[in-house]
Amino acid sequence: MKSYFSVLFTGGWSLIVGLKVTLKALFSPIVTCQYPREKLEITPNYRGHIDLVKFDDTGTHKCITCGSCMRDCPSDCIVVDGEKREGVKGKFCTVFTLDFTKCSLCGACVEVCPTKTLDYSNEYELAGTTREEFYYDLLKRVEERE
Amino acid sequence: MELFYSLLPELIRMVVCAVCGAVIVFGNALVMGYAERKLAGHIMYRPGPMEVGFHGILQLVIDGLKLMGKQLVIPKNADKPLFMLAPLLAFAPVFVPMLVIPFSDKIQGFDLDVGLLLILAFASINVLAILIGGWSSNNKYSLFGAIRSVAQNVAYEIPMLISLLAIVFMTNTFSLKEIAAAQSPVWFVVIQPLAFLIYIVAMVAETNRAPFDLPEAESELTAGFHTEYSGMSFSLFVLGEYANMFIVCSVATVFFLGGSSGIPLPYFEYTGIVWFLLKVYALMFFLVWIRWTYPRTRFDQLMNFCWKYLIPFSLVNLLLTVVLVKLI
Ligand code: SF4
Ligand code: SF4
Repeated sequence: MKSYFSVLFTGGWSLIVGLKVTLKALFSPIVTCQYPREKLEITPNYRGHIDLVKFDDTGTHKCITCGSCMRDCPSDCIVVDGEKREGVKGKFCTVFTLDFTKCSLCGACVEVCPTKTLDYSNEYELAGTTREEFYYDLLKRVEERE
Repeated sequence: MELFYSLLPELIRMVVCAVCGAVIVFGNALVMGYAERKLAGHIMYRPGPMEVGFHGILQLVIDGLKLMGKQLVIPKNADKPLFMLAPLLAFAPVFVPMLVIPFSDKIQGFDLDVGLLLILAFASINVLAILIGGWSSNNKYSLFGAIRSVAQNVAYEIPMLISLLAIVFMTNTFSLKEIAAAQSPVWFVVIQPLAFLIYIVAMVAETNRAPFDLPEAESELTAGFHTEYSGMSFSLFVLGEYANMFIVCSVATVFFLGGSSGIPLPYFEYTGIVWFLLKVYALMFFLVWIRWTYPRTRFDQLMNFCWKYLIPFSLVNLLLTVVLVKLI
């Protein structure tokens, strides 16, 4: 008999507590980001596809075409090629492409690069309609970036 | 001809009442559909409908058009006539109670002596519609939903009626207008708080809304009794549900919150409707609020709560009321 009434009171109280929670939520600011119109700041830790870093001192990347990234990539999606040039130490990089359709974002290439010229980009708006759109020419991307 | 002219004002009155009833039913569904989604959104820290019109204000119009344009799918093994009848039966009766609700002292279709009985009788047709819909769909989920709905509605009708009966004993009338008028100094919610609480709980259960929305429990029954319904036949159920919400909240307003009484405005016989609607929509807000607060009850909890708590409490309340009315 005692529990008959006590259940009523504890239950009723918990209902009131619940109502308070939702009422507070009702008057709290909304957290939804209206995506295409509004964009969130992407954290620098975001791991997008890889990109060549543009260094301030040289004004361009520092790839020496050692080929470590190409060899280390488990998905075989990097192609690097270069040639010897006068006055340039190491090789001069002429081709650097990424086949992003196969990249597993493992980061092995970033780890292995001896000149630290590879890094993850903050690119996330990557929708495309053809496969070819995901073959990136990273050399061109580093040129175009300001 | 004589007869016709003598009946003419009455006929015009009927037509006007019917049109106003329809306006209320559809207008209320639009307002509540939008408000419910907005409130649900804000309770979950999201904005709710945002795309169509300013802050999604036209969303319901677009949804209505979409539902009208949809094909009415009738399952192969369904009982066709009954299947088509059920949504109509859920929707059509909601117009009648609109006629007897006293929106203000002068705005009322007909002041029937048995207004309350009329409302309760027509409101309970809804259960029949759900049963027919669930049965004729020939689908186990629909059938389970329908069976639950019947069990639930039959159970919760009892405390609802008994709590209203306490008020009827106090006022000695079934006429909604007189009941509303009887609360001129104090509202009955003050005199009969227990009856009010019981009525609120029973009213949520009667309209099949969360936390008592077992007839359409998505997690276990897909969509319950309206699993097989699509397009307009589905929306008739939804329209019916919103209209029923409006009706039960109006009854609560008339019985416990003093009808259209409030701070006097100019032409109060007519403008009382402002207070009336304000109270009704405050109650509706409460319904939406609890819907997005509480999880769904289990079926045995639902039944236990009704038979072990609501009915005994309402009976005790009724007995006390009767004794006090006799003494005073
Ligand atoms: S992240 Fe991994 S898979 Fe992608 S290019 Fe670099 S090494 Fe290859
Ligand atoms: S590992 Fe670094 S330096 Fe070597 S080829 Fe790749 S990007 Fe260039």
